[in-house]
Amino acid sequence: MKNLFKVLSVLLVLGLALAACTPAAPETSEPAVEDEVLQVAFVTPSTINDLAFSQSISDAMMVLKGEMGDKMEYVYSENMFVVDDAAAAIRDYAQKGFDIVIAHGSQYGSSLQEIAPDFPETVFAWGTTVDTFGQPNIHAYEAASDQGGFVNGVMAALLTETKVIGVVGPIETGDAKLYVDGFVAGVHSVDPTIDVRVTYIGSFSDVALASEAATTHLSAGADVLTGSAQMVIGAIGKAQEADAYWFGTQADQTSFASDVVVASQVYHWEVIFREIFALRGEGVLGGKTFSANLENGGQVISINEGLGLDQTVLDKANETIQGIIDGTITIP
Amino acid sequence: MISDLFTATVIMGIISSGIRLATPYLFAAIGEMFGQRSGVLNLGVEGQMLLGAFTAYYVVLKTGNLFLAILAAIVVGAVMGLAMGFVTIKLQATQGIAGIGFYLFGMGMSNLLFQKLIGVVENINGFPIVKIPLLGDIPVLGEIFFQQNLLVYLAFLLVPIAWFVLNKTTLGLKIRAVGENPEAADSLGVSVVRVRYFTVILGGILSSIAGAALSVALLNVFQQNMTAGQGFIAVALVYFGSWRPFGILAGALLFSMVNALQLWIQVLGIPIPSELAVMMPYILTILVLALSLSKGKGPSALTKAFEREG
Repeated sequence: MKNLFKVLSVLLVLGLALAACTPAAPETSEPAVEDEVLQVAFVTPSTINDLAFSQSISDAMMVLKGEMGDKMEYVYSENMFVVDDAAAAIRDYAQKGFDIVIAHGSQYGSSLQEIAPDFPETVFAWGTTVDTFGQPNIHAYEAASDQGGFVNGVMAALLTETKVIGVVGPIETGDAKLYVDGFVAGVHSVDPTIDVRVTYIGSFSDVALASEAATTHLSAGADVLTGSAQMVIGAIGKAQEADAYWFGTQADQTSFASDVVVASQVYHWEVIFREIFALRGEGVLGGKTFSANLENGGQVISINEGLGLDQTVLDKANETIQGIIDGTITIP
Repeated sequence: MISDLFTATVIMGIISSGIRLATPYLFAAIGEMFGQRSGVLNLGVEGQMLLGAFTAYYVVLKTGNLFLAILAAIVVGAVMGLAMGFVTIKLQATQGIAGIGFYLFGMGMSNLLFQKLIGVVENINGFPIVKIPLLGDIPVLGEIFFQQNLLVYLAFLLVPIAWFVLNKTTLGLKIRAVGENPEAADSLGVSVVRVRYFTVILGGILSSIAGAALSVALLNVFQQNMTAGQGFIAVALVYFGSWRPFGILAGALLFSMVNALQLWIQVLGIPIPSELAVMMPYILTILVLALSLSKGKGPSALTKAFEREG
């Protein structure tokens, strides 16, 4: 009897735990039976309201749903920071017959490489990356975050008075590194004497450490800050306390701190996914690489109108954006 | 370049950051220490921290009342502790696995509640900095030690209080006895079950306050999964500190200050790759542990369920 109790109690705890972690159930019970309704699923490593990476894909799907109405359904599995869990979710969605399965995380690559061949009718999209593994049903997408970084950097250079700027990055990889490199280049294109200090805190989610990184930058003389990934809300909070300007990326962070956020580089993945959906209609299930950039509108610099910035700064920003689109400005 | 580290600004910054970073570890690890000293391992600290962080944040968001927020966090922590106690003491489930289950539950539940009840990340007005009169005016030292948050002071006060309770009170004696030799304690009339329930509930409360310290004192924001593994580091700190409050204090400060140091190293542009800098606190902790001569062996009855004979 005691053993039965033990087994039941462990099952109860594990059951509760699994229930807490179960991916969101599909909205329809019979997906992919009707060809007219496009069934889309995405898997992402953090939560969809992280004001950063995962929020961007969620917002894109919402826009597309708004455009396509009944012709599209989407579901998602968030918080899939354990790659094995994500792989299980991706495989599960493919097995359930979803038309498009999006692996929104560069860490999902090797799992996708294994899974995609098993489902030749399914369109897989992998971001942020350029590798399709030569698979006929994998698309790759990335963001040219160095472009938005460059524009942010130009503005930051015009706004700093102490000539010291701080960057709070997560891990030195992927679009975070791309953004930071672009940002530094942008700052130095205006004034090469400005000191841009970069810290990578080694985590995407450690808000406390991001907060201390910002405090460190501010103590070291920075009056403008920027950073990437969801833990930057800790840094933005410190920027607010110190009245230092903040530049954001991945999502529009104005709502979080409208008194200090100058501009955010916002990803509009829907630009890419409209193309992917259309290609599927033409029978192309994969093999293409996409880039979200300023030219195609996959990247938009969202400037905080309410901040009342000097017109020269705004003009320079627009000039820079146009220059990147025209190709007259190249980012080193 | 390295000489840049030895300026007053930098050293003050490192100590100040270290103190703030250590605060959640102190609450959570001291709580875990009580549980472990009585023989119960709780790996669910991270889940309790997340639920405590959310609860306190939500109360402040809706009512603006900071003390109500802490009270709510205490209640939530106590309930989590009670549940953990029930599963491991009464039902005698394997403690390690039960703890992981509670971690997943706490993480999932805090995420769910946040998404359903709030949905967007926004900041709040949390506990303000409190300058201690007179002491806070001491040049340099005053600024570092005596101009901090209320919960920071509480975390550091907790250490000598915990030491006193554990070593100088009958309750502490019972806790230690139950952790070393529950059968002998039982035969002397100590209720092993009651002591363990007490320590596990206390641990739940303190872990919850650790989370609350993050969301309503240090960071004034809640984001899903914001603890980023600190609960597990707190459990490790209990081992590092040889199950002693001052040992835990040393471990928490070592880890946190080296973390603060590596941030300054990066800010000052000292040419160490960021990946190596980030590893520093962990490597140093392992080194200190490996080289330390006095290694505590831990409570003898840790993780062993107690069943009364006869």
